[in-house]
Amino acid sequence: MDKVTRLVSENGLVLFSKSSCCLCYALKILFQEVGVTPTVHELDQDPEGREMERALMRLGCNVPVPAVFIGGKLVGSTNEVMSLHLSGGLIPLLRPYQSISN
Amino acid sequence: MDFPSTQFVPSRTMGTYEPIHQIGMWGENFKSIGNANISASVIVDVANKLENESETTSHEMLTPSSKHDQEASKPFDKVQRRLAQNREAARKSRLRKKAYVQQLENSRLKLIQLEQELEHARQQGPYVGGGLEAGLLGISRAVNSGIAAFEMKYERWMEEQNKNMCELRSALNAQISDIELRILVESGMSHYFELFRLKSIVAKADVFYVMSGTWKTSAERFFSWIGGFRPSELLKVLVPQIDPLTDQQIFEVCNLKQSCQQAEDALSQGMEKLQETVSATLASGQMGQGTYVPQVAMAMEKLEALVCFVNQADHLRQETLQQMSYILTTRQSARGLLALGEYTQRLQALSTLWANRPREPA
Repeated sequence: MDKVTRLVSENGLVLFSKSSCCLCYALKILFQEVGVTPTVHELDQDPEGREMERALMRLGCNVPVPAVFIGGKLVGSTNEVMSLHLSGGLIPLLRPYQSISN
Repeated sequence: MDFPSTQFVPSRTMGTYEPIHQIGMWGENFKSIGNANISASVIVDVANKLENESETTSHEMLTPSSKHDQEASKPFDKVQRRLAQNREAARKSRLRKKAYVQQLENSRLKLIQLEQELEHARQQGPYVGGGLEAGLLGISRAVNSGIAAFEMKYERWMEEQNKNMCELRSALNAQISDIELRILVESGMSHYFELFRLKSIVAKADVFYVMSGTWKTSAERFFSWIGGFRPSELLKVLVPQIDPLTDQQIFEVCNLKQSCQQAEDALSQGMEKLQETVSATLASGQMGQGTYVPQVAMAMEKLEALVCFVNQADHLRQETLQQMSYILTTRQSARGLLALGEYTQRLQALSTLWANRPREPA
């Protein structure tokens, strides 16, 4: 099983990112604002990063990062997450993963 | 009677050519003035007066003995001559000053004219008027033509937008059917989406152009957020205009406001991070090594993310409009669109008014 698939099956909320990517940073902030803490995996800090990028593209991502998986399923990149949030669909998906204070 | 001619030739020579020399000086002044309207008769008049003056002086110098003879008996004459010379000098000085002021006035007019031409050329678009300027700034032809194309399309977009506003206004007043109103609402929405599409194209050519908001009026630019209006601002303008709302609508609008604000904050902070990153990259390493260093190329790579941000911001604007149209009824959407359009028109009017406000003289 490739690393990507393993990570998304083991963790409910996963964000594939790169430490230098500012758009990824924006999504991290967004998750913070809605009160969730995703499992963030920085591809540029992973020796298998390149392989994982390819895997993500194969799964249907236009850009490898940022890539968001909720409950093992690919939600998408910034576009999709933003649309989902504005339509009110993001919070319900995240509810199982929100911290107790919320 | 001693009359050493050699002694007095120089002065005589000086005496005779001095007026010509002075005319020469005047001529220089007139040449640099260009459009000076001092007529030839004045020049001759002045020249004559100068010549008379010098001849009187040289005459005086040629007959020192006679002068000497007269000296003791006519000090009054000497005083009179001195006064006449002073008057003459003062008059010449006034004429010189007048000529200089004339020169300044003409230069000032020329400067104003040049500024207007430059402004006119700038408004025509960077491609048409600023070819040389753009070339000097190193802007490629492709970028220029992308910008020029966008500005043309934006002008047409604006005209269409104003037409849409008029149609909406009369439709709302005329109480047309919901179905007909729906068509107007849909076309109004599509028109905004069209603008976002145009912006994404020009953003690929020159993202800084989109960020600067050059194609918009000054007041619009004042409120600019990542190349356009703030989605949360949009909601603030819209919501008071579409009362009354049902409880369900109030709930949904509230949720939309919150999620919109959160998304906006996330993008804003991402932008800040981008600025920090680019700045840190440019500032890294040693200074004092010139301008074209690797840091600049590295910073450029980081800067490419700016296009993504501009696209995301427009996407957020589009989604906000879209979601509102789902929450509202047709009539409410129509009123909302009209409110948004008119708000923009007011901003544009504010820009014009501000530009033309009476100012205190510098």
